This record gives sequence, C-alpha cells and structure tokens, in this order.
Amino acid sequence: MSPSALILSRLQFAWVIAWHILLPAFTIGLASYIAVLEVLFFWRREKIYLTVSSFWTKIFAVSFGMGVVSGIVMPFLFGTNWSRFSDATANVLAPLFAYEGLMAFFLEAAFLGVLLFGRKLVPAWAHVLAALMVAGGTLLSAFWILAANSWMQTPAGFELVNGRFFPKDWLQIIFNPSFPYRLAHMVVASYITTALVVLGVAAFYLRRNRFLSESRLMMSMALGLLTILVPLQVLIGDLHGRNTLEYQPAKLAAIEARWTTASHVPLTLFALPDRQAAKNRYALDVPDLGSLILTHDRNGTVRGLEDWPRSEWPPVALPFFTFRIMVGIAVLMLILVVASWWLRARGRLYTARGFLRLCELASPLGFLAVLAGWITTEVGRQPWTVYGLLRTADSVSPSLTGTDVALSLAGYAVVYLIIYPVGIRHMYRTVQRGPSGETQPELIESGLSERPIQALPSATATDRETPP
Amino acid sequence: MSALIPDFVPLWTLILVLGIFFYVLLDGFDLGVGILYGFAPDAASRGLLMNSIAPIWDGNETWLVLGGLALLAAFPLAFSILLPAVYFPVLVMLLALVFRGVAFEFRYKDVPHRTFWDHAFSYGSALATFSQGIVIGAYIQGFKIEGRQFAGSSLDCFTPFSLFTGVALLFGYGLLGAGWIILKTEGSLQEWARRQARRCLIGVLIAIGIVSVWTPLADPDIAHRWFAWPRIAFFSPVPLVTLLLAIWEWRSLGKSSAHAAPFLAAVGLFVLSYSGIAISLWPMIVPHRFTLWQAASSPGTQLFLLTGTLFLLPVILMYTSWSYWVFRGKVRADIGYH
Ligand code: HDD
Ligand code: HEM
Ligand code: HEM
Repeated sequence: MSPSALILSRLQFAWVIAWHILLPAFTIGLASYIAVLEVLFFWRREKIYLTVSSFWTKIFAVSFGMGVVSGIVMPFLFGTNWSRFSDATANVLAPLFAYEGLMAFFLEAAFLGVLLFGRKLVPAWAHVLAALMVAGGTLLSAFWILAANSWMQTPAGFELVNGRFFPKDWLQIIFNPSFPYRLAHMVVASYITTALVVLGVAAFYLRRNRFLSESRLMMSMALGLLTILVPLQVLIGDLHGRNTLEYQPAKLAAIEARWTTASHVPLTLFALPDRQAAKNRYALDVPDLGSLILTHDRNGTVRGLEDWPRSEWPPVALPFFTFRIMVGIAVLMLILVVASWWLRARGRLYTARGFLRLCELASPLGFLAVLAGWITTEVGRQPWTVYGLLRTADSVSPSLTGTDVALSLAGYAVVYLIIYPVGIRHMYRTVQRGPSGETQPELIESGLSERPIQALPSATATDRETPP
Repeated sequence: MSALIPDFVPLWTLILVLGIFFYVLLDGFDLGVGILYGFAPDAASRGLLMNSIAPIWDGNETWLVLGGLALLAAFPLAFSILLPAVYFPVLVMLLALVFRGVAFEFRYKDVPHRTFWDHAFSYGSALATFSQGIVIGAYIQGFKIEGRQFAGSSLDCFTPFSLFTGVALLFGYGLLGAGWIILKTEGSLQEWARRQARRCLIGVLIAIGIVSVWTPLADPDIAHRWFAWPRIAFFSPVPLVTLLLAIWEWRSLGKSSAHAAPFLAAVGLFVLSYSGIAISLWPMIVPHRFTLWQAASSPGTQLFLLTGTLFLLPVILMYTSWSYWVFRGKVRADIGYH
C-alpha cells in the first residue's frame, strides 16, 4: 500500500459519502412530511393537503432516485478501497448493513410505487399506509447505518481475535454507547433540513404572490416544527458532546482545541489551532465556559491532547472549525425561529419581505450543518476507523497504488459533477412550476409506473424524439 | 463452541448462489435491453424499449446490493479479496450504472441533451455488462494472494480470458434482453428483436464453446474436476442439454407464435452456464485458495443474519413477483411513458 493510496482513498470516500448524505438528509425528513400531509388529508379531507403533498412527492421522487443511485456505490467502496477494514470488521458490521438492505430498502421500494402512482388504484387508507411505510423505511435505513457508524465510533459487544472483531452481544453492538445520541441527532437534523427547504420554498412563492394558501400552510408547518426541533437539537447536541467527552476524549479535545489537561478551561470561540506547536493562535476565549458546558461544572477538568501520543492525535483545525460552523448555524436557526414568533405575534409573518428573503436564504443551512457535523465526527475519529482499535492506515486495501485511486477518484468527481447539477436543476424547475394541483402522474403502459424519479411532468411540450 | 452450533455454510451458500443468480437474470435482461437500445431502428422503438423495463429495472438492481452485502456478511474473506482485485471493472460498472440509472429520467427531462442521455443509457448498459464479464473471467482465473489479502496489482484482472468473458457476457445479456423484448413487444419491433436474438445466440454458443475448451486447458484443477470419474458422468449430459436448449431457442426465434419461449430458453442457457461455473469451483469460494468454510464469517454472525433473512427473503420475492404481475402484458406505444 502506498501512502498516496491511503490519502486518496480517504478523499474518495469522503467525496462519495458527502454527496450521498445530502439526499438521505433531505429524504428522511421529506418522507415523514409527506406522510403527515397524507394523514391530514385522509382525516380532514381538505384538498390543500393533497395539493401540497402531491407537489412534494414529485420532488421526493427525484431526490430519492438519486439517493439510491449514489447509495449503491457505497457498500462496494468498503470492498475495493477498505478491504482490510472489511476483513477485520465484517463479522460485526456486515449484518447491520445487510439488515439495512433487507428491511429498509425493501420496505421503501415496495411502497414507493403505491405512494407515487397508486392514489387512484388503491383505497385511500392503503395510500396513507404506503406513505407511512416509506417514511418508516427511511427511518429504518438511518437506524441500521447509524448503528454501524456508531459502533465504529464507540465499539462495544465484541471480542478481538488476531486483529479481527467477532460478535459477542448483538444488543450491545447495535445499542453501543454513542448510538442513541447519534441517531437522535441525525434524525432531528434531517427533519430540520427538510423543514428549512419547505420554509424556503414557501417564502419563494409568498414573495412572488403565488400559491398563497399552500405557501402559508407549508410555512406554518415548517416553522412549527422548527420551533420545537431547533432547541431540541441544541439539547441533543449538548448530550452528544458529553457522550463524546466520555468515550472519545481525544476527539473532543480536538473539537475544542484543548492541548493541555486542565480545570477551569475556557471556551475558545475562535482561534487558529497550531498542531505543530500544540497551541492556539489568535484565540478568543471565554473564561471557565468550556468546563461549564462540557462538564456542567466551572471546576470541571477537561483532558487535552498532551494526554495522548502524537501518533494518536486527530487533525485539529478541521473538526474545530466544522464544529463551530455547525453550532453557528444552529444559532442562526434559533434567531430565525425567534424572529418568526415575533412577526407572528404582530400578524406579519407571511408578508414581512425581509423575513421572507431570509427564509429563502436559509434553505440550504440544514445541508451545511449536516455536512459540517459529519466532518467533525469522522475527522475527529481519526487516525482510527474503529476507535482506538483499528487504524485507518491499516484499513486500506494493500494492493492499491496511488495511480489506481487517483483514476477512480477522478471518475467519481466527473460523474457526480454532471449528475448532481442536472438533478438539482430538475428539482428547481419543479419548484418554479409550483403545486399545480395535478395529483396523478401520467399512466404508463400495461399498468402504472412505480419508478421513483419519473413523477415529474415532462419538461417541455416539445418533448420530441431525437435520434441518439 | 463449534460442536454446539450447526453449520450454516451450506444454507448461506445457497442463499448467495440464488441471490447472485437473481441479479444476473433480472438485471441481465434489462442491461441487455439497454445494449440493444443503441441498435434500435428508430426513435419510436427506442421509446418502447425503454418503457418495457422502466417500471422494474430499479428493483432488479437492488439485488446487486443484496448480493454484495450477503457476500460481505456470509463470506467476508472472499469479499475483501475479490473487490480490490477487480478494482477497475467494479469502478467502471458502478459509474456506468449511475449514468444509466439517471438516464432513464434525464432523457425525458433534459431535452436539450437528449442525445447525450441516450448514449449514456446504451453505452452505460454495455460498459456495466462488459465490466461484469471481466469480473467473472478474472474470478475464474483466480488471484494472487498473501495471507488474507489480495497481493497482485489492480491491472491483473485484465487478461485475454477475462476480456473474452467480458465480450461473451455482452452477447449473453443481449440474448436475454432480446428475449425480453420479444416477450413485451409485437409486430416489426418484435421481428427486429428476433434477428438480434439470433446474432446474440450465435455469439453465446461460440463463447460457451471457447470457454469450455479454454478453461480446462488453462486450469489443470478444473480439468481434473471435470474429467475425473465420477464427475464426468454428471458433466457429460451438460453439453447435450445446452445443445438442445440452443436448438429450441433458434427454432422458437423463427416461429412468430412463440412469445415467451426465446426468453425461457435464454434463461435455461444461463442456468446451465452458471451452474457449470459453480460446479467447477465448488467447494472453493476464492479459487485455488480458500474454501467456503475457510472464508465464512463466524457462526454467531451467520445465525444472527440468517434469522431475519429467512423471514424477509420470501417477502421480498413475493413483492418482486407481484410487481412483475402488475406490469404484465405487451408494451404499447399509444400510452406514453411520460
Ligand atoms: C458506516 C460507516 C460510515 C458512515 C455512515 C459514515 N462514514 Fe465517514 N467514514 C467511514 C465510515 C462511515 C470510514 C470507512 O470509516 C472512513 C473511510 C476512511 C476513514 O478514515 O473512515 C470514513 C471517512 C470519512 C471522511 C474522511 C475523514 C478523514 O479521512 O479524515 C469524511 C469527511 C467522512 N467520512 C464523511 C462522512 C459523511 C459526510 C458521512 C455522512 C453520511 C459519513 N462520513 C458517514
Ligand atoms: C457508509 C455509509 C453508507 C452506505 C454504505 C450507504 C448505502 C446505501 C445504499 C446501497 C443505498 C441504496 C439502496 C437501494 O438500492 O435502494 C442507500 C440509500 C439510502 N441511504 Fe445510505 N448509505 C450510507 C450512509 C447513510 C447514512 C449515514 C444515512 C442516514 C442517516 C443513510 C440513509 C439512506 C437512505 C434514507 C437511503 C434511501 C435513499 C434516499 O433516501 O436517498 N445512508 N444507502
Ligand atoms: C448547538 C447546537 C449543536 C451542538 C452542541 C451539536 C453537537 C454535536 C457534536 C458534539 C457532534 C459530534 C459527535 C461526535 O462526537 O461524533 C455533532 C455531530 C453532528 N451534528 Fe451537531 N450539534 C448542534 C447542532 C446541529 C445542527 C443544527 C445540525 C443539523 C441540522 C447538526 C447536525 C449534526 C450531524 C449530522 C452530526 C454528525 C452525526 C453525529 O455524529 O451525530 N448539529 N453535533
């Protein structure tokens, strides 16, 4: 194995999964939102729920399809680039991945067709059921994949024989120490991400005086959810951080840029961490606050990186900054939520143009926070793939050369840079067209289509054939 | 501990063999349709071809994920040796599948670049198929291994033999695809598919012949396995059955009343070739090196996953058959896909 094969494989994994995670982050929330709208429609029989649900279902179809395509790549990367990791951990991790496939992907696939195309084919209750099942499938997906990821962060329930991990207790493996926090944090993050997109789209219409009643519904649902979830996310984040302090103290030291072990540690709002010199430059510190937040005690002791040999230090600057980006975005979201209460109390929620513009601008914030959070988590875990037990350098496939991986990385780069912009443009066009009220995508031959991404209406009327 | 726990390896072998076979069969015919798509006579038939697989290709590809994950879970050693060894074919396959998958949709939405997406669809299908053929060929030939890891270079998998199996699979999936088109269409398009099927059949038969001579010559282990008594007794009917199937295929292609037979005969040819490979390798899962038992995951792992699989797999099969049932019948041009 050459050193460049290692670093390029890491880059490649990060590139591919970072694109992938954007879609689940959105579809987990959106599937639940659609399910809620369908239940409301079933219960209250008001057409507006149907209109809004059908509109988001079209967007859901595109993003779900792209999520599937980008997801198929991922398990193969474990084999091609991380073969020693696969050999060492498969006995413990592979069943978790396999259960994700068997339970979640199956459930989604089975009911997606009915959700997208079956409204007129099946009884109303069955359609609601389909929406609930698809939402349940995405949540099961998150359950299993995060169980696997959390086990890599805080391994439990295994025994190590000749460098390979073997299962001892499946309940401990699945419900490992960081799993409940990570699952809660990620699911809430997905809901927030989706709510911000819904909010932004509603604001987009309100500013242009289009689809007023639909937009008000979307906006009020999204803000209602954000009002509960953003503060909740801050709380979960705090608990998650304290879990990290207990189980991955070196990661936490990197996140907070703490070099020495001390009590009364300050909270460093900003600094340029210098890993070489093991100190912070241009630090902006708030005295004692670090101890207070992390240990809930002003005198609390927080361990610094000096407690570990340098060979076990994670990178510091990257987790330090991405963590601050995530928390900074949480603060922006809180401000947005508070502003919305204030405007609602004055009856100007749907008309204050400045606020609507802010809502539009805020719609990608969830995606940014999710990426920032994952980079914090994954880079902070370095230099390990299984925390404290299996090094990243010992995980990579020994046969690969730097050239091999450079070529494959270039391939993934080119393909994703073509696919994603085209997909995003389709979703944007659907948004521009708006919730037209049409609920049934076109029929297709010998039955109804159940393919995911075709729920969009045709792009133009001149949809003619041109020979290839 | 092993005394108390039963041996799950045979059951997992069966599940894996079935899972991979479902993938080869199901995605095989829709990749085949994609390959033939590039040769379709006109725009209207291209529309029909795409319609004939649009509702089901997605479910078909899920078997790829299931197959990969089942291999990882049940025989992790094989997974971690095979995948680095076929690094580039797998890469090309994945990228081709991504392109081909989105082409279904973007072709209709991205009108200014429709030609591009049409090409993405047919070249994507062909490249994915060719790569899978290389994987099979490289796998049969075996890998350079040190300890528990592949120790060769990422280019080792490109040999004359594996390139040949790559081309052979193009004909094989083409035959399945043409059989599917015959099943799903009528009139002149069906006639066209019958002609394509004959071409593919000739290719397939030549390929089967060459592989049957080449493999035992190149690999004394396999030669020994084939020709040693008593196996020869089991093997000798295989060429005969193959021949009978080929004749049935050829004749049903000429009969305009035979709609399902060409597809069924093609499936039969695949079953034979597939089991031929399986029997040649048994009981090795990493040729020349590791048996199924040596590569298996721990009994605890296999049992944990088996519990759920035995329950979930039948449910998945039921769903798959149901969705095929929903889309049964001929594709028609009057109701457009979009
Ligand atoms: C189940 C496993 C799993 C899951 C769910 C994730 N990761 Fe991960 N990640 C890994 C398993 C992994 C890994 C296989 O363990 C890598 C590859 C190399 C490494 O060091 O860890 C890794 C590395 C890795 C790196 C490079 C870190 C470095 O090398 O310094 C980044 C930036 C991410 N991941 C980002 C993500 C994102 C955005 C995820 C959101 C879904 C994510 N990871 C989920
Ligand atoms: C190493 C990490 C990951 C791997 C190997 C992986 C693998 C996959 C695969 C193979 C698919 C497509 C399945 C199909 O054929 O239908 C998929 C889709 C999906 N994945 Fe991932 N995934 C990873 C990370 C994640 C994470 C972290 C989440 C959520 C927290 C997630 C949630 C989903 C969901 C909800 C889908 C359904 C499609 C969609 O909603 O876009 N995945 N994933
Ligand atoms: C003040 C608010 C927040 C705090 C204190 C916080 C805390 C944390 C911590 C400590 C981690 C790293 C966990 C580890 O050790 O691996 C993390 C990860 C993460 N955060 Fe946050 N977070 C906050 C807000 C947010 C918001 C608003 C989002 C998205 C909408 C978000 C999304 C994520 C994601 C996706 C991860 C990676 C997955 C995980 O490890 O849970 N966070 N967060």
